[in-house]
Amino acid sequence: MINSSLKQLSSQLKARKISSVELTQLYLDRINQFNPDLNAYITLNAETSLAQARDADARLAQGKGEVLTGIPFAQKDIFCAKGWRTTCGSKMLETFISPYDAHVISQFNEAGAVNLGKTNMDEFAMGSSNETSYFGKVKNPWNRNAVPGGSSGGTAAAVAGRLCAAATGTDTGGSIRQPAALCGISGLKPTYGVVSRYGMIAFASSLDQAGPMARSAEDLALMMNVMAGFDKRDSTSLQRDKEDYTRSLEQPLKGLRIGLPKEFFGEGLSADVGKAVEAAIAEYKKLGATIVDISLPNSRLSIPVYYVLAPAEASSNLSRFDGVRYGHRAKEYGDLAEMYEKSRSEGFGEEVKRRIMIGTYVLSHGYYDAYYLKAQKIRRLIAQDFVEAYKHCDVIMGPTSPTTAFNLGEKGDDPVQMYLSDIYTIAVNLAGLPGMSIPCGFGAKGMPVGLQIIGNYFDEARMLNVAHQYQLATDHHTRAPQQIAL
Amino acid sequence: MSLTTDDVKKVARLARLAMTETEIQAAHTQMSSIFGLIAEMQAVDTAGVAPMAHAQELGQRLREDIVCETNQRELFQSVAPQVERGLYLVPQVIE
Repeated sequence: MINSSLKQLSSQLKARKISSVELTQLYLDRINQFNPDLNAYITLNAETSLAQARDADARLAQGKGEVLTGIPFAQKDIFCAKGWRTTCGSKMLETFISPYDAHVISQFNEAGAVNLGKTNMDEFAMGSSNETSYFGKVKNPWNRNAVPGGSSGGTAAAVAGRLCAAATGTDTGGSIRQPAALCGISGLKPTYGVVSRYGMIAFASSLDQAGPMARSAEDLALMMNVMAGFDKRDSTSLQRDKEDYTRSLEQPLKGLRIGLPKEFFGEGLSADVGKAVEAAIAEYKKLGATIVDISLPNSRLSIPVYYVLAPAEASSNLSRFDGVRYGHRAKEYGDLAEMYEKSRSEGFGEEVKRRIMIGTYVLSHGYYDAYYLKAQKIRRLIAQDFVEAYKHCDVIMGPTSPTTAFNLGEKGDDPVQMYLSDIYTIAVNLAGLPGMSIPCGFGAKGMPVGLQIIGNYFDEARMLNVAHQYQLATDHHTRAPQQIAL
Repeated sequence: MSLTTDDVKKVARLARLAMTETEIQAAHTQMSSIFGLIAEMQAVDTAGVAPMAHAQELGQRLREDIVCETNQRELFQSVAPQVERGLYLVPQVIE
């Protein structure tokens, strides 16, 4: 049951061969068994989950079930969910019970899905290893000494460890794709604006995008059908016709042109990751694809540009945490300024403070042109590289992350070393393009390797087709960590 | 341009973050290293390139100026640190 696809679970539920309550209880039992070690969830609420499951069973009994009705999903703790503690991985929101639902949460609720719990994450989604969470580190189910990646590390560990059927993530610079790669699962960051950001706690608003994380491309497609769509409450939500993301899953790949950017295969890429990715490319050739050599000459600048723009937006977004309307307030203070300063210093962790400081600096008088405006100009150059590349290919492929999962504590106190682990993912966010990661084998230490697939704007259905056909021909995505998935 | 500890102190003040002298020193070292990374941008010729603020070149969507939300003050204030009679309480700012 725990290795079943969403489609299989859906038909079992509809045929009443298993109830949603049974399925939910199965996952809650697994969470009780494995979560104390993995720490993939921050908040559980078994009574609420089981009540949702009972409602789903009633709906299924009436024959009114939809595809996801009765299936238990985990939600990244960045999504506000009414009545649920929503922490964003921060002490700042340690006791915050959300009074409303994010759009993504209400979409799952309307579909009749069960919310199993809120998954761990880097604080305010700032991190690539899940080590900045106030609620503790998450362990990688494949090796308990390794990081799960971040910032959606709890989600990735929960999906890989079979502690939920599938789950949500968010991706500002790689936060869906990198943990998906490091935990051996599939994850999709849609085109910017396809999934509403309403109720998703903001980090860098021009880059943040929610997406599904699951064990196969087919599962991702079914989740996209629920998550995507126009929402007037998000000012950057795009008004487009509703899509069926499963529509082209079965199409053959003959004639597909795959662009390989030379910048993604150079210095810094570890040999074992390179080898697994090359093997995946060879498999695609067997499936009928042709290879095109392309160049993304400005992609090397994506890290410096990102570490100006994302902190700038974060410093503005996080100014709302003032200890007045919600969140942590210091116990003792004199005047208003001291209340702000102490509440924020106590509530935010080191990495969050660092990014707020960087952002405040680059936006301050005298530095705005040299940093913020300069970064926005280079952002356009980076986006134009992709426009040029898509004249010659249909999708772009490469590694998701330069290495497999590194060890907990390995990147230590040097933030720059951590930032470099997102070298292949950030340009996609800057351009606003859709990107995904699927498992494509294992590296030297037996740790999963992710293949990144980057599509043109709104090409999610084709990317899912490209991933699904590979998953029909290979079995990397069905592998599960030993000791956990039985 | 190199970052000084005074810059760090000023930025902390602007960002409303209380920091000890030790924290300022640590922040200075790490921010300097991050700005080292960012400095790579300065060598790029961006003459004539329009800044890109957003992934989708969209205008702001507008709507009629009408009431469309219901009043949920009690609910929203239930998560506030300190409220009284529907008001958020903060230290006195006006003498």
